[in-house]
Amino acid sequence: MSDPIIVLNDLTKKYGDYTAVDHVNLTINQGDVFGMLGPNGAGKSTTILMMLGLTEPTSGNVEICGFNSTTHPIDVKRKVGYLPEDVGFYDNITGIENLRYTAQLNGIPTAKANIKIEQLLKRVGLEGQGEKKAGKYSRGMRQRLGLADVLIKDPQIIILDEPTSGIDPAGVVEFINLIHELSEKDGLTILFSSHILDQVQKACQRVVLFNKGQLLAEIDLAEMKEKGEDLSDIYSQYFEEGGKKHE
Amino acid sequence: MNNTISPFWVIVNKEIADHLKSWRFLILLFILLLTCMGSLYSALHGFKTPIKSEDPNNAFFFLKLFTVSDGSLPSFAIFISFLGPLLGIGLGFDLINTEQNKGTLSRLLSQPIHRDCIINAKFLAALSVISILFFALSFLVMGFGLLYIGIPPTASEFWRVVFFDLVSILYVAFWLNLSILFSVCFTQPATSALSSIAIWLFFSIFYPMIIHLVAHATSPSEMATPHEIYHFQEFIMSLLQLSPSELFNEATTTLLMPSVRSLGPLTMQQVQGAIPGPLPLGQSILVAWPQLTGLIAATVICFALSYFLFMRREVRSR
Ligand SMILES: Nc1ncnc2c1ncn2[C@@H]1O[C@H](COP(=O)(O)OP(=O)(O)OP(=O)(O)O)[C@@H](O)[C@H]1O
Ligand SMILES: [Mg+2]
Repeated sequence: MSDPIIVLNDLTKKYGDYTAVDHVNLTINQGDVFGMLGPNGAGKSTTILMMLGLTEPTSGNVEICGFNSTTHPIDVKRKVGYLPEDVGFYDNITGIENLRYTAQLNGIPTAKANIKIEQLLKRVGLEGQGEKKAGKYSRGMRQRLGLADVLIKDPQIIILDEPTSGIDPAGVVEFINLIHELSEKDGLTILFSSHILDQVQKACQRVVLFNKGQLLAEIDLAEMKEKGEDLSDIYSQYFEEGGKKHE
Repeated sequence: MNNTISPFWVIVNKEIADHLKSWRFLILLFILLLTCMGSLYSALHGFKTPIKSEDPNNAFFFLKLFTVSDGSLPSFAIFISFLGPLLGIGLGFDLINTEQNKGTLSRLLSQPIHRDCIINAKFLAALSVISILFFALSFLVMGFGLLYIGIPPTASEFWRVVFFDLVSILYVAFWLNLSILFSVCFTQPATSALSSIAIWLFFSIFYPMIIHLVAHATSPSEMATPHEIYHFQEFIMSLLQLSPSELFNEATTTLLMPSVRSLGPLTMQQVQGAIPGPLPLGQSILVAWPQLTGLIAATVICFALSYFLFMRREVRSR
């Protein structure tokens, strides 16, 4: 399948004089596991916010499943699960109650939600921890709960902003396996933003390099392997060039 | 398929539960209960002094529970005008910014719900809590009053109390909206609480003082014509009415003291021939109508502003 499901047209976001996202054009196809790789402050999160209508583009637009994110955010949010960087939960209620709240907001009937919550907690490695107050969760556990929270509404697309931060190495491996599983079994389209090259390389099929709000390169990892190249070489090549330009 | 509740009511339910379970609510409840007891005590004590027979409010014996005091403590109505803002501010000052700081706002907003739905639901939840509280308190006062004085309220008195509750709720709704507005503006809950409290203190303490100064400076000379004096009084009244607590006081005065027939200055012509008798409830509401509209307008302005600020704001996680 190669139907475009996320399309960015000339997307630009300016904060005053500072351009955080600079005329980005990008198409993501259905079923892709797509990586956004870039250093801190590259504009990854800003791009994602615009995809969900959480901030308005200065110019250009985003179309997800054919809906414009700025004018039809609700339709977009029905299809998209978004895991923000440093996700937060209501501390005074348990993990399960937090998930149940999200389920209710998405109109999932309680009985169905309870079954799903059980399954998802197991899937993200929080089995037996659901009765704990969310305030007592560790950073990594919160991140895992966040993933369950994203999956509860049965999205077509999931957008993960630095989802592995705070997760231990074994957890990261599980997490990447989970991404593969979600992509293969459930047919989800996944957008994975990160600054960790290694994780992006393991998890994704296609990668874009981001820096200073600009899209530097779009790389198909399978093609790259055939050519015998390495992502880290390409990455350093781009960022050294970028560094020289700005000297 | 439609056996699920709409997201709006889901949020309302959760918010109400949050309020009721919070320490803050318990503390506010405690303060209000104390108030209630105190003013009831002072009202009942005030009843012991002989009743002047020419007072037209005497027919409305029951309403005096809310307006009379023996001087040791303010009456119930005055207590509410002073503490109502605290209740509104207490429930509203951190509704939006805490969610933002905890990172739950961005999660909430990535669910398929409209942004206005969140503000509306939070407002409605806090307002329902306040409404239940006020009705409970005023019925408590009525119940105790009934036990002590043994005269049941007339239907008209009962409705006046109900309208008094509604006006109090409206008044607190204004402060609630103001604090929600600040909770949208300021990222720190402490800042937004402090700003709301600053405005509350300004209007309840400093504003009357400023008006006093203005009145002193601009008061017409002793030789002034009645016309000039009338206009001066009207001018001072309209300045006073910029304060929400003044609007509330005027509205409740009319509702709880049926003999009040005008809130502004009256000319001799208007007073001449008027029999000092109580007004029917409908007329009292009419007298208080401008004050009520003023309160509603102020509430709507705050609401609209928070809307405007919240709808297009960028929501990042934390
Ligand atoms: N409200 C704002 N006002 C001004 N500049 C902003 C604002 N928000 C973000 N920026 C700037 O936009 C740029 C992109 O930020 P963004 O959060 O998208 O980076 P990122 O790629 O997600 O980085 P990280 O890997 O650290 O999460 C940064 O340089 C940041 O300083
Ligand atoms: Mg980021």
